[in-house]
Amino acid sequence: MKHIEEKIEFLEEKARHIRRLIIDMLFKAGSGHPGGSLSSADLIAALYFEVLKHDPENPRWPDRDRFHLSKGHACPVVYAALAEAGYFKKEELWTLRELGSILQGHPDRRTPGIEAASGSLGQGLSVALGMSLAGRIDKRGYRVYVLMGDGEIQEGNIWEAAMACSHYKCDNLCAVLDYNGYQIDGRVCDVMGIEPIKEKWVSFGWNVLEIDGHNMRRIVSAFEKAARHKGAPTIIIARTTKGKGVSFMENIADFHGRAPTEEETKKALEELG
Amino acid sequence: MTESLYAREVYGKTLVELGRKDPNIVVFDSDLSCSTKTALFRRDFPERFFNFGVAEQNMMATAAGLASCGKIVFASTFAMFATGRTWDQIRNSICYSNFNVKIVATHAGITVGPDGASHQALEDIALMRLIPNMKVIVPADGPETREAVMYAAAAPGPFYIRLGRVKVETIDGKPPYCFGKAYSLTEGSDIAIVACGIMVQEALKAGAALRKEGISCRVINMHTIKPIDADILIKAAKETKGIVVCEEHSVIGGLASAIDEVVAENFPRKVLRIGVKHRFGQSGSPQDLLKEYNLTAEDIVKTAKALL
Repeated sequence: MKHIEEKIEFLEEKARHIRRLIIDMLFKAGSGHPGGSLSSADLIAALYFEVLKHDPENPRWPDRDRFHLSKGHACPVVYAALAEAGYFKKEELWTLRELGSILQGHPDRRTPGIEAASGSLGQGLSVALGMSLAGRIDKRGYRVYVLMGDGEIQEGNIWEAAMACSHYKCDNLCAVLDYNGYQIDGRVCDVMGIEPIKEKWVSFGWNVLEIDGHNMRRIVSAFEKAARHKGAPTIIIARTTKGKGVSFMENIADFHGRAPTEEETKKALEELG
Repeated sequence: MTESLYAREVYGKTLVELGRKDPNIVVFDSDLSCSTKTALFRRDFPERFFNFGVAEQNMMATAAGLASCGKIVFASTFAMFATGRTWDQIRNSICYSNFNVKIVATHAGITVGPDGASHQALEDIALMRLIPNMKVIVPADGPETREAVMYAAAAPGPFYIRLGRVKVETIDGKPPYCFGKAYSLTEGSDIAIVACGIMVQEALKAGAALRKEGISCRVINMHTIKPIDADILIKAAKETKGIVVCEEHSVIGGLASAIDEVVAENFPRKVLRIGVKHRFGQSGSPQDLLKEYNLTAEDIVKTAKALL
C-alpha cells in the first residue's frame, strides 16, 4: 500500500512540475495555449511517468507504446513531460515557438518523442488507429494512447474514427478525453453541445470510463482498467478544469490561447509552489 | 494491334505483386475496392487490407498513423473523394510529417462519364500539387501505371497517382520509366504539345494530323507533374514557337499551370491550354464529353494552329 501512496505522490509532484514548466515556457514564448495544457497535466504526468512503456534514450524503439496528442495546441504539456523524461535538454523549452526551434507551436516530428504532427483538430484518433493497426499487423504488444479535447470532438473525422476503432476491435488503443468544458469561443455546451458524451461513445461500441481527471489515483487506475479490457477500444472521459492549478486561469476561456504576462507568470508560479 | 488496359486493373495487380515482395505494404480503401481494384490485394492479403467504409478523412489520417510505424500504405478511392474531402488530412497528417502514404486515385477526369459532375474530379491535380512533400504522377497508360506504382512504393514520402476509369491504349516506343523525367514521343520544331494521362493519346493523334499538314510537332508525355521536368520544357520553349498543354483537368492549377510557371520564369513563350475551362462536368459518354469539353485531337490541332 505504501508503494502506491508513494507512486501517486511522485506523479502528483511530476504534474506540479510540468505545470510550472508550462507557465514558464508560455511566458517566454509570449504566445500559446495555457488552459488546455494545464487541464491535461495530470493525465500527461501519469502517462509519461507511469503508464507508457518508452525509452527517452531511444525515441523510435519499435516496441514502445505510442502517444499521440490530437489536441495539438496543448503541446506545451507534452513538451514539458518529454523534457522532464529526458528526451531533450530542458533549455530547449525556452525556445518554444521560436524560428528554428525543435519545439514548434503545434507538434511535429522534429521534436524527439513526437510521433506525428498534429494541430489541425479531429485527426488524432485516426492517426492512433493507424498505429494500433500497425501493431496488430506486426504482432507487437505495444499500446496506443491518444489525448483529445472536448471541443475537438465536434469534428466529424473523430466519429468516423470512433466507428472504425470499434469495428476493428482495437483493444490496444486507449483514447483520453480532456473534458474541461471550454473551447476558444466559450463553454462547449454553449458553442456546440457534445452531450450526452458517455452515451455517444458507448453507442459507438467503446468501453467507456469516466473519472475526475485531476485525481491521480483514479487516473492510474483507469489506465490499468483500459489495458485489461479486451475486444473494444477504451475511452477515458476525464472531467478536468481548464487552467487547473492557477486560480485566475481556471475556467477562463481567455486563457485558452493567451500567454500569461510577467505579473501573471509570477503569481501563477507562486500558486503552483 | 495495340493492347488496351484498365489502368486501375494494372494497379490492383501491381499491388498484389508488391504485397508478395514486401510485408510492409498495406492497402486501404473506402468502400470502392471493386472499382479501384484494391479488392485484388484484399483477396490475397486480407490481414493487410482495411476497408474504411464511406469515410475518406478517417482513411487518410489512419494511413498517416500506420506509416508512422514503418508501413507503406496505399490508400485508394475515386479521385474526387481522395483529394478534396480529405485535403486537410493529407496536408497535415500525411505530408507535413512526410509519411509513406501513396494515394492512388481512380476515376479521375471527365471520362468518368455518365455519373456526372459530382464524380468527375477536375481539380485534384491542383489540390495535390500544392502541398509540400507531395509528388504527383499521371500515368499515360497501363504499363506506365505499373512503373509509377512500383516507383512510389520504393520511394520515400507521399505520392499522388492519378488514374482514369476507362481503358487506355498502350503507347509504343516509350523509353524506360524514369520518375520526374518527361520524354518526347515525337520530335518537331514548330510546336510542342505537352500532355499527361489519356490526353497523351489525343496529343499523338493531333501531332500526326499536324505533320500531315507540314507542321513539325513535338509530343511530350509529362507523366510526372510534380516535380515537373523543367529541362525538357525550357528546351521545348527554346526550340519551338510555342507550347500546347493538354490535360483532362481544369485549365487552372494543373499541368498547364505547372508548365506556365517554368516557361514564364525561364524562357517566356506562348502556352495555350487544352483542358476543362471554368465549367463543371456533366453526364454523358466519355467520347461525347471529350467533344463537349473540347478535349479531342481536333481541338488540339485547332489550338496549335492558332498558336503558330
